[in-house]
Amino acid sequence: MSKPLPASVRTHWTALRLLLVMTAILGIAYPLLVTGLSQLAFADKANGSIVTSDGKEVGSSLLGQNFNLPKKNPDDPNEQAQPDPRWFQPRPSAAKYDPHGSAAGNLGPNSDDLLKAVNDNRAAIAAFDGVDPATVPVDAITASGSGLDPHISAAYAKEQVARVAKTRNLSADTVDQLVDKYTEGRSLGFLGQAGVNVVLLNKALSEQR
Amino acid sequence: MSSTLAGWLQALALVGALALCYRPLGDYIAHLLTSAKHWRAERCLYKVVGVDGDAYQRWTAYLRSVLAFSVASVLFLYGFIRLQNHLLLSLGVPQMSPHQAWNTAVSFTTNTNWQSYSGESAMGHLVQMAGLAVQNFVSAAVGIAVVATLIRGFTRSKTDRVGNFWVDVTRICLRLLLPVSIVFALVLVANGVVQNFHGFHDIAALGGGTEGIPGGPVASQEAIKELGTNGGGFFNANSAHPFENPTGFTNWLEIFLLLVISFSLPRTFGRMVGDNRQGYAIVAVMGLFWVASAALITLAESHHSGSALQAAGGAMEGKEQRFGIAASSLFAASTTLTSTGAVNSFHDSFTPFGGGITIFNMMLGEIAPGGTGSGLYGMLILAIVAVFVAGLMVGRTPEYLGKKLGGREMKFASLYILTTPAIVLIGTGIATALPGERAGMLNSGPHGFSEVLYAFTSAANNNGSAFAGLTVNTPWYDTALGLAMAFGRFLPMIFVLALAGSLAKQQPVPASAGTLPTHKPLFVGLLSGVVLIVVGLTYFPALALGPIAEGLH
Repeated sequence: MSKPLPASVRTHWTALRLLLVMTAILGIAYPLLVTGLSQLAFADKANGSIVTSDGKEVGSSLLGQNFNLPKKNPDDPNEQAQPDPRWFQPRPSAAKYDPHGSAAGNLGPNSDDLLKAVNDNRAAIAAFDGVDPATVPVDAITASGSGLDPHISAAYAKEQVARVAKTRNLSADTVDQLVDKYTEGRSLGFLGQAGVNVVLLNKALSEQR
Repeated sequence: MSSTLAGWLQALALVGALALCYRPLGDYIAHLLTSAKHWRAERCLYKVVGVDGDAYQRWTAYLRSVLAFSVASVLFLYGFIRLQNHLLLSLGVPQMSPHQAWNTAVSFTTNTNWQSYSGESAMGHLVQMAGLAVQNFVSAAVGIAVVATLIRGFTRSKTDRVGNFWVDVTRICLRLLLPVSIVFALVLVANGVVQNFHGFHDIAALGGGTEGIPGGPVASQEAIKELGTNGGGFFNANSAHPFENPTGFTNWLEIFLLLVISFSLPRTFGRMVGDNRQGYAIVAVMGLFWVASAALITLAESHHSGSALQAAGGAMEGKEQRFGIAASSLFAASTTLTSTGAVNSFHDSFTPFGGGITIFNMMLGEIAPGGTGSGLYGMLILAIVAVFVAGLMVGRTPEYLGKKLGGREMKFASLYILTTPAIVLIGTGIATALPGERAGMLNSGPHGFSEVLYAFTSAANNNGSAFAGLTVNTPWYDTALGLAMAFGRFLPMIFVLALAGSLAKQQPVPASAGTLPTHKPLFVGLLSGVVLIVVGLTYFPALALGPIAEGLH
């Protein structure tokens, strides 16, 4: 080069080169390394904790699902999905349990819309499960943060036992024991909150002969 | 075990883990910022990049390097995002609009990670890992580099050189952020966070219909997202998404990661200025605000005030069952007191006072403990103000760590303190005055105002969390919040670097009987008071119109 570039241009050129080197190290090599090691050591978890039933993939143990009746008219986008009484029902979801669009409702603590949703949910669930509206637990009537919450409280699971047992012709004891089996305590005994994994519980239920 | 006891235990375990890391991590960072030795790999890198790793820069040259690196980052990321649909692993996402791409590029470069897009539908894997996550590393490193110059301003004398930007950033990335991220990314995968290059994988769901299981290099991004106090989620639901944060343990770990560097940097400061007690005084103030804030949010959420939450019988709207009230409140306090902005629950649905405290946390200026580097320089500026206030009381020229705080130094400190509130209040004011922008509010009344106030507070303080009901993917909000993030990041940095240059030039004055000791409980109290008064007086009217009005209603 015959003439050196002006200082400001040189600084930007240096900056761009550092950014490109960092992109190669931190943006390409790092995720590839972590992916390689994860796939070697924890392939099942790294690929989404998929659960299978009769050899078929039926979901992820970490992602909640809808357990609704089939739509009467599958082409009608306005038809409200109705919960299927044969399954344990998950929490309300702003994302309708579609992992393509995880989302929360974002309604405020004094929102009239939220107040209405909470009251409607309480009435509908109490009628559906045949219980006193006052006993419906809070997680059953509020939407989660992700819209994909796989858990419900043990109280909400217990509330659903009688209905599920009846519609499936199982004894309430059998269903009750399954609920206990799929109740997960806090991590390490003190981190987070206990809950019942609805996907795993329903899978176990579907495998009852 | 009762929920209350478990809530206390998780916080105590966190304090214990952070205390264990304070000395070794703080000393390690001090070492890498002061060592004269380069690694062989670093020397190769300097040769490729074309910099002299042994030459210190003047503060002006350091500033030019910071700004040049950030300009290059914004332009590169903007181009990358706009072109991503032509690149590998784009998963068929549509091209992003220019205003949203600008907003996103500025957001990740400024360590804000405000997201007006939703990850699963707008970003392919390549741009997430090689565009966004790279900024998660380097923007965190830039923050630490800038605070390193301020500390050097105290430790060096009669010089105009404050450090070498290229060396500082390279070392922080390669010696600190990368190794820690590798380890914790693997821990996250072992607990259920996904790490692959799949797109949506369709399966016939148990409950009927088809379910698309998402994939992506999530764990590698999650680790640096927390460690670098960035906060930009791979998915729209951020750390509430079970693939980003699957268990109570990963939740605790993520809180730990987003706090650990910022809480250890006061040790780095104490170590570099040769008096560890100075670091303890600073970390005490940070800890005080963090504990108080976590306790108050937990209390507010446990009492679930608000008509809808009262009807529901608890503040579980927007919260995950596996986390519950205590773990969600602790996360919310930690993410808004650092400049992280990751969320494991949605603040818009918090109680009026719980949500109000998350706004107040950001208004403190992200200093308790704040973002990586930016938290400590923000706190040191307030420490300078506190020393100045004490100096006025006794009519004596104030000095901090042997450096006189004259007119020039106080001008830079004052400009620093005025910048962010000006951006927040002017931005909120304009947005609320415009009918089109008011229509973006999801909620009405004071809560709607809080959504806008939260947005500008979050952007200008480089936090990135939101009262997410507000519709922000519009040309106006994308542009305005992009400007708020850029000015909120770089104007304060200019004042910090100028201050560093000014301090480094001085000859230190020996401490005398009249010098205010800055390592004693008296100073901790004084500094805490200054923080509260400065923030309280600035923001009280705005808070009164939003969360306070709603909470007292």
